[in-house]
Amino acid sequence: MAEDPPPPLQAYVRAIGVLGPGLRDWPSTAAVLTGREPYTPALTEPPPPVALPPAERRRVGATVRLALSVAQQAAAAADLDAAQLATVFAASGGDGAICHEICSTLASPERQISPTRFHNSIHNAASGYWSIAMRSTAPSIALTAYDGSFAAGLLEALAQLRTRAAPVLLVSYEIAYPEPLHAKRPLAAAFACALLLEPRAGSDTGARIEAALAQEPCDTLEDDALESLRLGVPSARGLPLLRRLALGDGGRVVIEYLPGLQLAVEVTP
Amino acid sequence: MRPLALSCFTATSAIGLGLEATYTALRARRGALAPCAFETVALQTWVAEVPQVDAVRLPAALARFECRNNRLAQLALAQDGFIAAVQACAARHGPRRIGVFLGTSTSGMLQTELAYRRRGPDGALPEDFDYATTHNAFSLGDFVRRSLALEGPAAVVSTACSSSAKVFGSAARLIEAGVIDAAVVGGVDSLCLTTLYGFHALQLVARGPCRPFDMNRDGISIGEAAAFALLEPLTPDAPAGTVWLTGVGESSDAYHMSAPHPDGLGARAAMLAALADAGRRPEDIDYINLHGTGTPSNDAAEARAVAALVGTRVPVSSTKGATGHTLGAAGALEAVICALALRHALAPAGINTTRPDPALAVDYLIDNRLDELACVLSNSFGFGGSNCSLLLERPHG
Repeated sequence: MAEDPPPPLQAYVRAIGVLGPGLRDWPSTAAVLTGREPYTPALTEPPPPVALPPAERRRVGATVRLALSVAQQAAAAADLDAAQLATVFAASGGDGAICHEICSTLASPERQISPTRFHNSIHNAASGYWSIAMRSTAPSIALTAYDGSFAAGLLEALAQLRTRAAPVLLVSYEIAYPEPLHAKRPLAAAFACALLLEPRAGSDTGARIEAALAQEPCDTLEDDALESLRLGVPSARGLPLLRRLALGDGGRVVIEYLPGLQLAVEVTP
Repeated sequence: MRPLALSCFTATSAIGLGLEATYTALRARRGALAPCAFETVALQTWVAEVPQVDAVRLPAALARFECRNNRLAQLALAQDGFIAAVQACAARHGPRRIGVFLGTSTSGMLQTELAYRRRGPDGALPEDFDYATTHNAFSLGDFVRRSLALEGPAAVVSTACSSSAKVFGSAARLIEAGVIDAAVVGGVDSLCLTTLYGFHALQLVARGPCRPFDMNRDGISIGEAAAFALLEPLTPDAPAGTVWLTGVGESSDAYHMSAPHPDGLGARAAMLAALADAGRRPEDIDYINLHGTGTPSNDAAEARAVAALVGTRVPVSSTKGATGHTLGAAGALEAVICALALRHALAPAGINTTRPDPALAVDYLIDNRLDELACVLSNSFGFGGSNCSLLLERPHG
């Protein structure tokens, strides 16, 4: 008996959040990506995580603040109940500053590491704090595919949409590591983006995206500074897709995933 | 979900290399916890170390992946014909049609801990330290994907102690979406100083061997393990006795970063979601492999969740008294233990526990129970309030 082909991996983009060097939100990022505004990189400053209870607010590091800020941008722009959203947190690695503190302490005679620092060192710290902040008991996953983490997160989010038929919030984020880790993992800047994806078109939804595995060269960005950002931070590997969404004219982009395997995304306005 | 066959699976932990040794140890109620002599660790604690890891050498082509975690992965891949099964599957579908989804919490972090001791006068890490291929969590996925010569999608899930349970969900979704035909799933976590000193700092470590669900339980004992399964959709010619993944349930506690919701609400939600995913009811469950870490609060919360779901009708146990808590590998290790339980009609005892806490209203097994099992549940809950339950089935006859 022949089976129907599975429906494609697709979603409708309901809202976007961005925070990066010289990029403070989606409207300003869209203006830069479409060439309406010049790109002027500046230090990324993640805002305080006001949604967290005071005890948790004091404990979180810059990586979690960065992730929560773009997640909240997207959720706020969509004006829907963030507690109901399944979430996918994609980051190439854990928090570098915390890792540095822990490894420095473990290399010292004392070895007394801070309990808070230890539980904040987990890769799913942003996921855990997000669920606490939003009182969200929805499923949440934290994953990595190194430099292809954005694509891995997008693939996971699209697969979840297909299975659960409910909105998914994808959050991709990294912050530069302190020395001496930086020399071994030179992340160029702090950058994060969030995509709020819905399974069906609605009155508020934007472009439709459809993804498939591909073996083609990745799209690049014309602006040298933006291209440096794309190559300098794994989460910024998603910038060609964000540019396509900002242009609003549809088309196909190829983004980095794994060695020898890319993710092609078809955007339909 | 559409059921997926565990067409090949394997586990390596301190209780044994491969399925035969693992089953033999469970059947004999033999644990592997011993006073910690790992590296330079000076803590009063017991650990479940896999001694054979030290002798493993990676193939020359993958030498840059050299670290304890990848050595443990390689040791486990070599058991039970797993590599041959994956190769046969790749020959059927093509290497691009097979995904790799693995879980770990600390990956090769030990390598960074050791490198920090060898920092130069300028503070720089040594020349030979390679972050991407050792410490980074995706090192595990990259290493296994290359070892198995697979070319499909891959990711490493790192949600603390639920990591390698959640990979079953990620793989199942991509198979269901038709992106891949099969997937290698699993988890690998190895001993390192961060977890040993970190759990110690949180005062969550037992002084002796851990005793999950015991009146006198006083914390976890850390172990290391690697476990893998090859997941494939149902085929009409699946051999009798095949173990199936029929449900995956995920939830978040939204409560605290390192403590569970006291009533186990997230745990209960994950178990109910796994049952719903499989189209099963609580009455269908024959055995539950608990997360059962052995801390007073974790076990109390899980017991409330389990009692609310099945009362004392279902035998339950934690196998962490035998294997230690293998953190990011626990989900996959205990899924494999559940597959063995189904295959051998053995609900394994929770060893070390002598006096099950009467305040925990569940049927906690301190002896093996030999009985046909058709449907078993495996629980994995992690820091950050990340919960995942897997439902595994092996139809009778």
